[in-house]
Amino acid sequence: MTNELRLVEAIRQALDEELARDDSVVVYGEDVGVNGGVFRATRELAETYPDRVYDTPVAEAGIVGMGVGLAAYGLKPVAEIQFASFAYQAFHQIQQHAARMRARTRGTLNCQLTIRMPYGGGIRALELHSESFEAGWAHVPGLKVAVPSNPADGKGLLAASIRDPDPVVFLEPTRLYRATRESVPEGDHVVPLGEAAVVAEGEDATAVAWGGMVPETLDAVDDLDASVEVVDLRTVSPMDTEAVLDSVRKTGRCVVVHEAPRTGGFAAEILARINDDALYHLEAPVERVTGYDVPFPLFAREDAYRPDADRIRRGIERALSA
Amino acid sequence: MVREQVAEFSIQYVQALDEDGDLDESEAPDLDEETLREMYRLMKLSRRVDERAVALQRRGELGTYAPGIGQEAAQIGSALALAEGGWMVPSFREGGAYLARGTPVHRLLWYALGMEEGAEVSGGNFPPSIPVGSQPLHAAGVGWGQEMTGAAEATLSYFGDGATSQGDVYEAMNMAGVFDSHVVFLCQNNQYAISTPRGVQTRAETLAQKAVAAGIEGIQVDGNDVLGVHAVVRHALESARGGDPVLVEALTYRRSMHTTSDDPTVYRTEEEEAEWAARDPIDRFERYLLGEDVLDEAEIDAVENRIEEELADEIERARAGREGVDPAEMFDHVFAEIPPALREQRAEFERGRTGQYDRERTEGSERDE
Ligand SMILES: Cc1ncc(C[n+]2csc(CCOP(=O)(O)OP(=O)(O)O)c2C)c(N)n1
Repeated sequence: MTNELRLVEAIRQALDEELARDDSVVVYGEDVGVNGGVFRATRELAETYPDRVYDTPVAEAGIVGMGVGLAAYGLKPVAEIQFASFAYQAFHQIQQHAARMRARTRGTLNCQLTIRMPYGGGIRALELHSESFEAGWAHVPGLKVAVPSNPADGKGLLAASIRDPDPVVFLEPTRLYRATRESVPEGDHVVPLGEAAVVAEGEDATAVAWGGMVPETLDAVDDLDASVEVVDLRTVSPMDTEAVLDSVRKTGRCVVVHEAPRTGGFAAEILARINDDALYHLEAPVERVTGYDVPFPLFAREDAYRPDADRIRRGIERALSA
Repeated sequence: MVREQVAEFSIQYVQALDEDGDLDESEAPDLDEETLREMYRLMKLSRRVDERAVALQRRGELGTYAPGIGQEAAQIGSALALAEGGWMVPSFREGGAYLARGTPVHRLLWYALGMEEGAEVSGGNFPPSIPVGSQPLHAAGVGWGQEMTGAAEATLSYFGDGATSQGDVYEAMNMAGVFDSHVVFLCQNNQYAISTPRGVQTRAETLAQKAVAAGIEGIQVDGNDVLGVHAVVRHALESARGGDPVLVEALTYRRSMHTTSDDPTVYRTEEEEAEWAARDPIDRFERYLLGEDVLDEAEIDAVENRIEEELADEIERARAGREGVDPAEMFDHVFAEIPPALREQRAEFERGRTGQYDRERTEGSERDE
């Protein structure tokens, strides 16, 4: 059985079902209770689970730091950071404690904490509401980073994150929250962390994307005369290296697409892995289509900043023609 | 125009055992002689562990070490107030508190030997927390969990005077108040954050009053008075178990260096150090116990001898453990299950140390794992 749901509804369904199946799951964050979250991802959950869904003070370090304690105590906190750009206010708690707890204590304490963060541009938001920082989180040892690009994965990856014994940064592309309705399996649906998906089969080139860039990439591929395989990473860390390499070995050409700034972006890591293990299968240099190395602009310029189908198409054409 | 006072606050200071070792019965905790002796033994043990650790560091055996000399009353008095089942969330100077919670000496030394083995914890203890002021939030989180699950337990968090300047400490007190967290925040005001004196941290008259803005109770105690600390913290923990968090400021003094890489003569005077030496927490308690006939000189000798024997054994255990360190284990506890890329790095590391590091970049070559 499936349901037609938007991404934000699928996320809500995952929260609802995980709260129902496990008494130790606790959902909390700024405005997640009565208001149901500013994106409504937690709508009505506080009514159903009054003792396990909480509004918190506006204190990101506090939200994550409390989560470290809750997790050590044996609960399974699912914290919401209202916008990913404000997770920097909690960066130290995430990097210095959540991500290190297992290693510091050789596994005698762990941190089963899921940190949900709406991220990315495309919704004409205020300044500092649109950043993508997946490469930064992926650079932190001990953290997992999941990024759904569609409603079914939104539900399945969130369920996997909540059940995962390690801390997970769960990035939700705000642009896709209400973009489409798609089929989402009813009941238990888990998409394992660390497994990419081939969302379009192709022979001539590989396009790698995740989260908010997947629909744009599929758009770009639609209008091309070539047959392009699209790999949706789904989990940035741990990355499904084999899925990317398998595709690149088959096509010989690759474009990596992300919304984050280019320098030090996760595309650089993917290029390095291709370089390590599939270099001699390449028939052209790997292309990058990314945001620019500028602060995410106010919304009058955000369309110029964000890679769109045109820019992605040109990137693929460069890879095809080299 | 209206102008009226809408709130009023005050901060109390508590001392049970004065500097001469005289006890004010009305503030004293009700403890049997055996507990008093155990308190004394732990304070002496803690002092000796610190002294030996500093000496071992000077000989090049240990890495940087943060001794708690002078703070034994604050640490042991408080940690003993925490019943079993309670959680302890320490900072980086809480050797005494760990000892009071039953952590063996060799584990403390392992941590100073740079081994994660020393931070393996059990029984509701957190590992040492190095970022200043970050860990009170974890305590507030544990205490929130205790409130949520209806546990009749509480959590004790340690931090210094410097830590109170960090935003996280305020966030911890504020959120603990909002969520009825079962937590007691114990600020050991040892007068310095490395070289920075207490007066430079804040213009606030007391650190205990930092609780006021968060709406929780704040109280001061003489941190060199083990009985006063014990009584105040026990009372605070009782309050916390009922969902009312408390901030306790224990006024004490770090008698030695900040860490073994610090030279306090640069920022402290000998007069000041002498003034606090006269208020030493162990001497004071010893005077009291001798006066009450709970101890005599022969028993003190016996305690000291047992401590020296224990220390000799534990130092040997620490050294032996150091021999067994396998560096490849650094890969093993990053995640519950080691992901493929990390497994590959582990294999690369193993190849490197077996002299087989000769990675082929040619296509199709199988990885030797
Ligand atoms: C976030 C952070 N900033 C700086 C340091 C370096 N540092 C280590 S201890 C310390 C002073 C801490 O003073 P206090 O909180 O009073 O504790 P005490 O050392 O006196 O026990 C500083 C600045 C650190 N460990 N963490």
